[in-house]
Amino acid sequence: MADTQPHITAHDLTMAYGDFLIQKDLNFAINRGDIFIIMGGSGCGKSTLLKIMIGLKSPATGDVCYDGEAFWSSSAADREATKRKFGTLFQSGALWSSMTLAENIGLALQQYTDLGAAEIREVAAYKLMLVGLAGFEDYYPNEISGGMKKRAGLARAMALDPEILFFDEPSAGLDPISAKLLDDLILELCESLGTTVVIVTHELASIFAIGNNSVFLDPVTKTQLATGNPNKMRDHHPNFEVRNFLRRGEAEDEAA
Amino acid sequence: MNPAALSVAEVDQGVLLVSLSGDWLLGSNLPAPDPVLDSLRQLPGLTSLSFDSQSLGDWDTGLVKVLIAVHRSAAANGVAIDDTGLTNGVRKLITLAFAVEEREGARRVVKDKTFLEQVGENTLARVAQGRELLAFTGELVLSCKRFLTGKATYLRSDVVQYMQEAGAEAFAIVSLISFLIGMIFAFVGVMQLELFGAGIFTADLVAIAMIREMAAIMTGIIMAGRTGAAYAAQIGTMKVNEEIDALTTLGINPIDFLVTPRIIALIVMMPLLTMYASLMGIIGGTFVGLAMLDVSLLQYVSQTIEAVHLNSLFGGLFKSIVYGSLVALAGCQNGMACGNSALAVGECTTKAVVSGIVLIVVSAAILTVIYINLGI
Repeated sequence: MADTQPHITAHDLTMAYGDFLIQKDLNFAINRGDIFIIMGGSGCGKSTLLKIMIGLKSPATGDVCYDGEAFWSSSAADREATKRKFGTLFQSGALWSSMTLAENIGLALQQYTDLGAAEIREVAAYKLMLVGLAGFEDYYPNEISGGMKKRAGLARAMALDPEILFFDEPSAGLDPISAKLLDDLILELCESLGTTVVIVTHELASIFAIGNNSVFLDPVTKTQLATGNPNKMRDHHPNFEVRNFLRRGEAEDEAA
Repeated sequence: MNPAALSVAEVDQGVLLVSLSGDWLLGSNLPAPDPVLDSLRQLPGLTSLSFDSQSLGDWDTGLVKVLIAVHRSAAANGVAIDDTGLTNGVRKLITLAFAVEEREGARRVVKDKTFLEQVGENTLARVAQGRELLAFTGELVLSCKRFLTGKATYLRSDVVQYMQEAGAEAFAIVSLISFLIGMIFAFVGVMQLELFGAGIFTADLVAIAMIREMAAIMTGIIMAGRTGAAYAAQIGTMKVNEEIDALTTLGINPIDFLVTPRIIALIVMMPLLTMYASLMGIIGGTFVGLAMLDVSLLQYVSQTIEAVHLNSLFGGLFKSIVYGSLVALAGCQNGMACGNSALAVGECTTKAVVSGIVLIVVSAAILTVIYINLGI
């Protein structure tokens, strides 16, 4: 396998809503097996970048490449095929409320595999076991707590054994212990499965605990200020904004 | 791609070795774990089970699923598992899957209900529903009192907007439907009344039918489908988003703030729309009458004016107020009783429309009987 080639790359990506520019000139590379963090202050376009990467919103200019193949400039059919390698956990879980957890997980399997109903249920049960929800197959999303919804959403995102997992603020709305457990879970799963992970978050604890690559988006200059390992960026990055963000606004201004 | 294969052998005294080879991918033809499960059950004196996965190729959920079944069976038969023969990733996933014990009592047991149980449950649900409707009506009466005494919290601009939505924006559909209904009435009237030379009485038929009954009923049904459904969906969605809880915690009564303004808006707009619908129906009837009968416009109009009494008009308008309040009540009550999921919003909207229409038809029958007895 061409492991030296980055798994995901962004080339001169510009995002905008109509005339309103969100971010411009984004360039970064994500290697296979990386846990990549998209960070930045509120309103800097983190979630928009994620939407572009998973194919929900098209970029104004530039493109995202998966395994070296352009995503947005390819045909709709190719894009659909690429999307099958993705699993996404939305901010509040976004579980389908009219379906049980097992059905939520089973829908993707039903759509994309030839498995029978019993086998689909078996796989769903296993995915729920992985996220610590054994026995909750027949619960509806509104019958479980917020943290459980997040984990059920994670199980659903992993239904098709995706190559890339996208998370939108996985620890938002969770208590610190649940958030830590979710982080550990993500880390464990990715180590075992070798999945590439892209996470949108501004939880510093998560960023340092699990991230090994990142991009920092700045809402003022509307472009990326830094990309790389967040731990190194905190200590050594020349840009004050970046250090300040990663130290909760307590960086000393040692600007050169 | 190598086909997945699984073999099992007792290599040592009490040691079972499971060999895995090929690509274990979900959706390909995977071997069942049955030979392993059988050996675990049947071979006497087994103490441990180990794995050989040296010729294992690609794997995904398909492999882990089978191994979990093996682990479960081994645990049930008291056989220790030596998982050093598995690749790192597989081992970790299995550890993770068994890391959190299934919570006691969490699993749902789906039980078939007997016929009697179903009847009983449904009956109790109906009784509870009726009680809810009564409680809601009571709350609404109290809220109206607060509204009239100026103690209710609501936004005046809301009321105006609801009136705009329920009134002015419904003009087109009300015009179309009542115009066509008037035409249909006139057409049927001409066909039948011409048989005995009383064609001119078509004007009476259309005017009385529209003003006394049809304008109010048709407008009511349009409002049930348009405004009642909108009310239920708006309030239901607010319930799902916890917006109603937010109002309550602010000390604002959600009935005062959301329900009463809507009901008042519809009660004000319904008679106006009904009067307009009557006019449109009569105009529609006039077109057909002039086209099919040998009468002049003046004759038709004066026949219409003579046919209509003020009592009929008031009777029709009173009906429209009743229908309007019932439609708004059904819409708002179902919205407030909405569950907390996207599906529940759809259900409450459906219920709002259906019960709105049923209430209109039932009250129409009752009111007609009352009117006849009062001689209106």
